[in-house]
Amino acid sequence: MTLTEILLEPFGFAFMRRALAGCLALSLAAPPLGVFLVLRRMSLTADVLQHGILPGIALGALLGGVSVLAMSFGGLLAGLAVVLFAGLLTRATGAREDSQFAGVYLMALAAGVTIASFQRNLDLTHLLFGSVLAVDEDALVLMASVSSVALLGLSVIWRPLILESLDPGFLQAQRGQGGLWHACFMALVVLCVVGGFAALGTLMSVGLMLLPAVASRHWSARLGGQMVAAVVVAVLSSTVGLLLSFHANLPAGPAILLVAGGVWLASVVAGPYSSLVHGGRKLV
Amino acid sequence: MITLADVSCQQGALLAVDHISASFGPGLTAIAGPNGAGKTTLLRAMAGLHRLSGGAIGGQTGPRQVALLPQAGGVDRRFPVTCRELVAFGAWGRIGAFGRLSGGDDARIDAAMAQMGLSALHDRLISALSAGQFQRVLFSRLIVQDAPVILLDEPFTAVDTATEADLLALLHRWGGEGRTVVAVLHDNDMILQHFPKTLLMARQMIALGASAEALSPANRLKARQTLEAELGLLIT
Repeated sequence: MTLTEILLEPFGFAFMRRALAGCLALSLAAPPLGVFLVLRRMSLTADVLQHGILPGIALGALLGGVSVLAMSFGGLLAGLAVVLFAGLLTRATGAREDSQFAGVYLMALAAGVTIASFQRNLDLTHLLFGSVLAVDEDALVLMASVSSVALLGLSVIWRPLILESLDPGFLQAQRGQGGLWHACFMALVVLCVVGGFAALGTLMSVGLMLLPAVASRHWSARLGGQMVAAVVVAVLSSTVGLLLSFHANLPAGPAILLVAGGVWLASVVAGPYSSLVHGGRKLV
Repeated sequence: MITLADVSCQQGALLAVDHISASFGPGLTAIAGPNGAGKTTLLRAMAGLHRLSGGAIGGQTGPRQVALLPQAGGVDRRFPVTCRELVAFGAWGRIGAFGRLSGGDDARIDAAMAQMGLSALHDRLISALSAGQFQRVLFSRLIVQDAPVILLDEPFTAVDTATEADLLALLHRWGGEGRTVVAVLHDNDMILQHFPKTLLMARQMIALGASAEALSPANRLKARQTLEAELGLLIT
């Protein structure tokens, strides 16, 4: 096989072009949100979400048919409900948020798989791990819209979100509505997770958000630099991952995430900042 | 100017601040007392960060009128922002979430950092600062906030002597400008030397007045005994 055959020929297929365009769109919006998740020490919260949206997607399919839009709408509602529910439980019981989240997501995963199993025409593997074939016109429009909204939204809440992450007490003393910005941020995260599920699957969707973000910490010590690095890693991983998925006949989600994971490991070993090789570099 | 009228605050099941009435005018006032005396809770209540379970706080209490320096640890030092970016948040009260920094704000930020000896550190990440440098950054933010009431919770903990001298000079200047400066402090010698007035508390108010009198051995003993008595009641 020549290089052209490996790199370009797959994109002769319309479904591959759609998948690539959709994943590139998500690669622009999801990783910056991931950087904030990592900085706010909420990586596992995002993990919970990907399980939490499954019952919504399955219900959406049950009520609205196996269409990306119906399933995404269900997923969006379920994701927002999970965030709200876990937040309320934490506030009401005073328990640690992660234990509440664990309870919620285990239930949600079980409920989602149960509902999905009622439907013969719903392929659970595609739902959980994604399929390039699932990216039809509707899914592509959805991914592009979600990315646009998420990027715009993040730019709107940029300053208060930084302050809420950096010094929540100061924001509170300035009557700065810390809870509002946190809620807006979580809504954007839910939106991106749902947006990615058609191509990447519900279990993998968060990966495109988080893996580039954790890798980016080894490429820049600055917030802006980490955003750019995370987007670059995501764009690369999406492209290479889709090719891998095509040639090796792998589900798209795991393929993309394996590539992103490889980049992350390489960054941990040899990235310019706080890596094994350059561990002591001053963050100046 | 800030006035407390019969102020009480719960901290969990404890009454951390027990019916305190006092008034803080322009100049420097210290809040002293044994550990667990409710000093931090009272300061946070004055900044609007702790709900009152009774009484009222009057005077200059708006978010733009009160600037609070909390104990170290409130700020996530690993978050990747530069010193200047952190100082610039002092302008939040004027520009909020979406406003633009005016030329005046920029000048004020630069001047504040110059005054704290941070001109060379504008672009340094806060994660790369020493404890003393970081405290200078937080004080620069207070300068930018430009509030008439400034509340400080143990501002000299873990800072070097040169920084301590610079910060004290700044406090005296604020006092001279007619601002109300209230600081929670542990070091009695420092209070006697630099703070004309002191509120001594042990959940309830023990004394309020000229520092030498408020911190008399008799009052300090009374503060310890009061707190121990309350703790004893709690245990039995």
